[in-house]
Amino acid sequence: MAVTQLIGARVQRREDPRLITGHGRFIEDHTLPGLTHLAVVRSPHPHARILGIDSAAARALPGVLAVFTAADFHKVLSGSMPVTPSFAPEKKYVPERFPIAEREVCFQGEPVAVVVAQDRYLAADAADLVQVTYEPLPAVVDPEVAMSPGSPLVHSDGPDNIGWDMTYAGGDIEAAFGRAEVVVKERILQQRLAPTAMEPRGVMASYSPYDEQLTLWLSSQNPHFIRLFVSGAMGIPESRVRVVSPDVGGGFGSKISPYPEDYLVPAASKLLQRPVRWIETRTESVMTTIHGRGQVFTAEAAALRDGTLLGLRLTQVLDLGAYHGTFGAFQACACLMSGGVYRWEAISARTVGVLTNKVPTDPYRGAGRPEGTHLCERMVDRVADELGMDPAELRRKNFAREFPFQNNFGLTYDSGNYDGTLDRALELSDYQGWRRRQASAREEGRLIGVGLSTWVEICGLGPSAPTAAATGGIALVEAAQIRFLPSGSVAAYVGTHAHGQGHDTTFSQLVAETLGVPLEAVDLRHGDTAEGPSFGYGTYGSRSLAVGGMALYTASQEILAKARKLAAHLLEAAPDDLEFTEGAFTVRGNPQAKKTIQEVALASYGGSLPQGMEQGLEAVSHFDPPNFVWPFGAHVCVVEVDRETGAVEILSYTGVDDCGNVINPMIVEGQVQGGIAQSIAQALFEEVVYDGESGQLLTGTMLDYLVPTMNELPTPKLDRTVTPSPTNALGVKGIGEAGTIAASAAVINAVCDALRPLGIHHVDMPASPDRLWRLMQEAGR
Amino acid sequence: MGQTLRVTVNGEARTDEVEPRLLLVHYLRETCGLTGTHVGCDTSQCGACTVLLDGAAVKSCNMLALQADGAEITTIEGLAPEGGLHPLQTAFWENHGLQCGYCTPGFIMAAAALLAENHDPSDEEIGRGLEGNLCRCTGYVNIRKAVRAAAQAMREGATAPIGG
Repeated sequence: MAVTQLIGARVQRREDPRLITGHGRFIEDHTLPGLTHLAVVRSPHPHARILGIDSAAARALPGVLAVFTAADFHKVLSGSMPVTPSFAPEKKYVPERFPIAEREVCFQGEPVAVVVAQDRYLAADAADLVQVTYEPLPAVVDPEVAMSPGSPLVHSDGPDNIGWDMTYAGGDIEAAFGRAEVVVKERILQQRLAPTAMEPRGVMASYSPYDEQLTLWLSSQNPHFIRLFVSGAMGIPESRVRVVSPDVGGGFGSKISPYPEDYLVPAASKLLQRPVRWIETRTESVMTTIHGRGQVFTAEAAALRDGTLLGLRLTQVLDLGAYHGTFGAFQACACLMSGGVYRWEAISARTVGVLTNKVPTDPYRGAGRPEGTHLCERMVDRVADELGMDPAELRRKNFAREFPFQNNFGLTYDSGNYDGTLDRALELSDYQGWRRRQASAREEGRLIGVGLSTWVEICGLGPSAPTAAATGGIALVEAAQIRFLPSGSVAAYVGTHAHGQGHDTTFSQLVAETLGVPLEAVDLRHGDTAEGPSFGYGTYGSRSLAVGGMALYTASQEILAKARKLAAHLLEAAPDDLEFTEGAFTVRGNPQAKKTIQEVALASYGGSLPQGMEQGLEAVSHFDPPNFVWPFGAHVCVVEVDRETGAVEILSYTGVDDCGNVINPMIVEGQVQGGIAQSIAQALFEEVVYDGESGQLLTGTMLDYLVPTMNELPTPKLDRTVTPSPTNALGVKGIGEAGTIAASAAVINAVCDALRPLGIHHVDMPASPDRLWRLMQEAGR
Repeated sequence: MGQTLRVTVNGEARTDEVEPRLLLVHYLRETCGLTGTHVGCDTSQCGACTVLLDGAAVKSCNMLALQADGAEITTIEGLAPEGGLHPLQTAFWENHGLQCGYCTPGFIMAAAALLAENHDPSDEEIGRGLEGNLCRCTGYVNIRKAVRAAAQAMREGATAPIGG
């Protein structure tokens, strides 16, 4: 794919004029005549039996329209919320989940009742007046306790707390460890994180009983999946449900899976026959929106003394929460990607999904790949540490170099140049210079550390065969529809749904370039199930360009094929004799004979078409990618740890990434910057904390859950190399999650490198001042 | 039950009967229909609800509408003349200072207050001025760049000859 006027250009975003002037359209900006407001009564207990619900006082409050409990919702909702096979197809125990608890609550924040009132203040008042009598039950919040015999049961009627327990075997692990000259072991924690999209979740629903039409407005990354799930639960034909997801104020994975409110709000609208809206508070968000990560890894790596990596054996204990997240087992891909960019003789990875009395975990930006990368990069550093080798040298010694490269679990990396990104990152970061400065700083007693992360990502979900199996039926391909209107303007629809990624701009660049029309002629639309292709698959897993962009590209090609036939008819030439350049068909050798594609579009609505050709110029296309795509890169972080306080200062951060061809470099840089920030946030600041005894959430507001401000984050030095993917015509990969996958390992490797003189070899996240201070105190004893 | 609130919002004088407990942000969003001011955290950390109250940046989710009685309020919708852009808005656009855009109005309003007092802030001063605003998408790199660019544009604009 060549760089042209539009492809590879830093086009300013088309989304921005409305967003910078306060005219964005987020969920709470929508209203309807007669709108009512819903508030949710939630369990204050992590585990309890519901003995009774007294809603009399709430109902008596003027302005309150209804109080609904599970018994009411059973009239309009049925079934259990969906759980997909994802990467743990062999589930042992999947507790049923109705959107609202009836007899037993299993996590703090689980819905127990809803109140609908004339305004939001009244709804909140009335929710406080609903009296629920609970009998507290024993709760367990630590997954390692929950998986042990004798643990309290998360669900009192469950067999145990084990959601799944399976092992991925990639090669002869015993043989690999049998040859080992050095073995290192580590226990690595992945703390629970709150995704914290700045726009909380929200749902507005309007049910019309007269024609059984349901319209749902919600903040979602994949409105078509929500339509599928909600229509099924409510027993309304999918064609009569419309889901509109307008501007979405961030998602990071937290707006993929369906939530209880996605069912309860439309169900309440049906029960009341009034439009109903619910907007999440931030405390509700931290308490009830999915959490990410939440894993305990134990790992051992085997190597030869010359640094050759042999084997990796690991166990992932994944804290599921009280129910399986719809795509919760996707996080088991940490196991499949634990080998990273290296050649290993064998990897054996056991994954255990464990129920706990907490909100479910589910994919959060990176979803298994940050965890796999963090684990792999920590273990590789531990081996280098053990052998006294430079970690860059050890990495180079083991890089995969021949592509396509098949990893231990049969996944095929499409293309890569891991030396290229590492070399450039070492140069750009002044790695050798920092090593010298580190040495002299150590002589002064200062703790400077340099950390590397050479990462690879599986993304661009995905080929139909594995992804249909992973969802339990629906392949995660992508659909696009492109229509030329008679005037020559182009309406392009795609089934992905941006929430900050700038698709209106990038995809318009792509369509305009491919069809040869001005950028202004293209209107890019997504997020409304009433428009465009019959199904869309959403935005997550860094898939939108490599799959959705490709669907737009293939739809464009179909349009061009028809336009060529019509142009040939109009120009009285053979289709093969036409050239298409800069938006016009010309007859080869006769440049005067010319029809622009917009002229052809107008003619396509006319009366003198070739025999057998239908009117109109439009196409629907599905793109089923032949493989995933595999972006990669190398990041270098330099930190200084304050001996007195344990505070970490990032002195330098460098990222060199490769996502193949790029449509809009400005947007790619923004994605990397934001991804790095979110991963540094995990490495140093953020953690969802529950009290181990009471199961109470201790980080329920942004006072306690520490999203970093501008002052805590560096300005990274960034560069790219370009290794196109050979598996799609655009040569593109994905970049939305790259920074998040790369950065935590670089930061923590740097912190560990800084603390090495004290005999500290591993630090868990967040590497907060108090954690580091304690470690240094213990090391000093 | 209601009490009388007299404020000027984006240059328009208004008199409304409001409940004493009505938050300023809900007054602006629901009574005035100005939905550009967002609620992100309810507890004053995120700054998505930042507006100008007599020129000072305030978090409108943490004050009652009646506390603004008699004040002049500027929201993101009123920052620039109708159809035009304030230099900060232009700079956020040109420098890719936003992704999802939910926090953006709050950042722009907080930055407007900062630049009104400090025409040439250093990076550290920008950091202090915007420490009450959270962004989850950008990593702040381009927000800082945008504020610097806006400051420069405003300085140059201020010294440009009239009509030039």
